Amino acid sequence: MATESPAISVENLVKKFGNFTAVDNISFTVPRGKKFVFLGPNGAGKTTTIKILTTLLHPTSGNIKVDLYDPVTEQQLARKSFGIVFQDPSLDDDLTAYENMDFHGAFYDVPKKLRKERIEYLLNLVDLWERKDDFVKTFSGGMKRRLEVARGLIHHPKILFLDEPILGLDPQTRNHLWDYVRELNQKEGMTVFFTTHYMEEADKNSDIIAIIDHGKIIVEGTSQEIKEKAKAETLEEAFLKLTGHSIRKEAGTAQDQLRAMAKLWGRR
Amino acid sequence: MEAVYVMWLRQLKKTWRSKARIIGSLGQPLLFLLALGFGLGAVFEKAGQGNYVNFLVPGIIAMSILFTAMFAGIEIIWDRQFGFLKETLVAPIPRWKIMLGRTLGGATTSSIQGIIVLLIALLIGFRPVSLLGALLSMAFIFLIAFMFTAFGTAIASRMTDMQAFPLVMNFIIMPIFFLSGSLFPLTEAPAGIKAVSMANPLTYGIDGLRGTLSGASHFPILLDFSVIISGAILLGLLGSYLFSKIEV
Repeated sequence: MATESPAISVENLVKKFGNFTAVDNISFTVPRGKKFVFLGPNGAGKTTTIKILTTLLHPTSGNIKVDLYDPVTEQQLARKSFGIVFQDPSLDDDLTAYENMDFHGAFYDVPKKLRKERIEYLLNLVDLWERKDDFVKTFSGGMKRRLEVARGLIHHPKILFLDEPILGLDPQTRNHLWDYVRELNQKEGMTVFFTTHYMEEADKNSDIIAIIDHGKIIVEGTSQEIKEKAKAETLEEAFLKLTGHSIRKEAGTAQDQLRAMAKLWGRR
Repeated sequence: MEAVYVMWLRQLKKTWRSKARIIGSLGQPLLFLLALGFGLGAVFEKAGQGNYVNFLVPGIIAMSILFTAMFAGIEIIWDRQFGFLKETLVAPIPRWKIMLGRTLGGATTSSIQGIIVLLIALLIGFRPVSLLGALLSMAFIFLIAFMFTAFGTAIASRMTDMQAFPLVMNFIIMPIFFLSGSLFPLTEAPAGIKAVSMANPLTYGIDGLRGTLSGASHFPILLDFSVIISGAILLGLLGSYLFSKIEV
């Protein structure tokens, strides 16, 4: 039965960029209706894994299934099953907030009437309803983030990927959003897969935690299990014990350079 | 099908909202039209080639379409950079549909640009030979626009950064423009230039425009039409293939 199979299963996933191994032979499963978190320092391979699961990158090797479908060979079916809130911006700045929401609804075939209702509800939820007809380029960073998260929820996906969802959000909005995500999780059985490097967020909002570092899963289990394994009082203590204290280096990506270029070119 | 429509609509909205862009991209064709039209007109006529404005206008219309269409296609780089590309790439829509919507959008806006140039040309004294010809020229305008938007999309699908932008400009767009018989007749050109121009699909687009608008074409119009529609289809297929291979 479809409901018996896991929402996501990953076996021996490897992703290499040239000589660099971003994801190093990881395996895990996310049961349906659970909230699963990838907790790890910067550059641990969290985003790369999400990109592979969401068909944006091809894996070097390994078997993956997202809602029964292989994101490499059955892209269309896999894409139907999930929604994603990206870590970096993915809004169209030249469109209004409402248009961004509406276009997303169109991409995911949400019927017009339902789409309207949900957009109104979600924009109110993130406190942007009043600004719905303003161009996104006039929004602050936090507002864009809120819009981004709201947009990812329009089509009520079976599986929701959240890549560092609370980055740049104030505590009020953070709570609102997590309340809503939890509600969808409970009412509709939506599976949640998110990444973060905030201990508290991971602890509070997940059923299963996997700590990932240098492309490998170091430990996986409930918060309680991990604390016991690391003989630590708090999750943070356990995390530091397991991943070490050194600060991670992250090179400026081509993307960052592009952004700088774009400013020079003065468009948008 | 709503996805194709939405991508098309988005392209139109963005162009409409950026009035500076519309006006800005009219500057170049206007300058060419006035400076060359009036500057070289006398020489052209003395050389026994007839009315230069009649010869030039189709070339300048094609030029403005070429530039706006290529840029509309290359806009994917901006979407990649500002992230919106990802939003479309994870959506459960076949990628060719996304590409088709974008390309139709870019083709529509650059066709409008070409038509504006035609209207300006009317103001400075250009007269199409017939109403039927003017209507037929619309087919050429749209096909040129579609072909080069698709070409821009194909290029941008393989490009990840803005540094490549001037390269595309200098080594792709400019040669296509200058070696297409847009500014001078190919009949008198040296064999080398002639051979390159014959391989350039824009040559046939311009020739078709010339045939329909000015009533004098180098090739049979049906040949022009066949070449340009095949080019549009081939580049459309290439563009959607490369677009479907994008990883971010």
